[in-house]
Amino acid sequence: MEKVIAGKNIAVNAEGYLTDFSQWDKNVALEIAKENNIELTDRHWEVINYLQTEHKNQVPLSIRKIGKSNVVDIKEFYALFPQGPLKTSTKIAGIPKPASCL
Amino acid sequence: MNEYNGEVKKMMIILSKATLENVYAAFVLANGARMEGIEAEIFFTFFGLEAIHKKKLEHLHVATVGNPAMHMPTMLGGLPGMEALATSMMKKEMEKIDMPDVHEFLDILVASGVKLWACRLAMDMFHYKKEDLYDDVNDVITVGDFYKQGSGIGTHMLFV
Repeated sequence: MEKVIAGKNIAVNAEGYLTDFSQWDKNVALEIAKENNIELTDRHWEVINYLQTEHKNQVPLSIRKIGKSNVVDIKEFYALFPQGPLKTSTKIAGIPKPASCL
Repeated sequence: MNEYNGEVKKMMIILSKATLENVYAAFVLANGARMEGIEAEIFFTFFGLEAIHKKKLEHLHVATVGNPAMHMPTMLGGLPGMEALATSMMKKEMEKIDMPDVHEFLDILVASGVKLWACRLAMDMFHYKKEDLYDDVNDVITVGDFYKQGSGIGTHMLFV
């Protein structure tokens, strides 16, 4: 399905995750963040860049790995993305929702 | 005011056993709740207290007796060393799927905002003191206090 995000037609799945990363840009991220009541700061961007790099390298994402990333600790990760950090941050980053339970 | 749509807002998990499989079940459920933006609290009671007892939490075992899913005759499960063997096998498998050990898991839960409560009655029964417990346990409370913690729409309680 498609959704208009930041004035562009973007392919998303039923939960609103981008299905084609090439359509992602900063304005898309800003608008998805806004929908989730998050105003992106430099710290948010650092985390988003990290998630995108990990995804590109096909590293499965989990809370435990993020805690050991040296980019952000778990407490701050929750503070940055309070309503389910991994699922919210990946949505803003334009990458798939991690299937991990941890 | 919005009408309540039935979503889960808070998980109140009661852990009453200290076998590794039960402790992990409670921890995974609590962590999974937080990852979905759901609040989570764990009440450690009776043997469940061992999961937050500083000296015991690193030495929890899998149950080999009375556990049909071990696919092992009960008599064999009771032999010396069987629990240790089954436990070390399970720990190896858990490391493979990136499952933290009990102590690290507690650290993750606390950092994720999970509240940890120790049951006052069980503490008295086992003669444990607050200092015996993992440092970030929020408090020692009564069952009544725990129910009060769970008040509000969308709270679910789970006994493990």
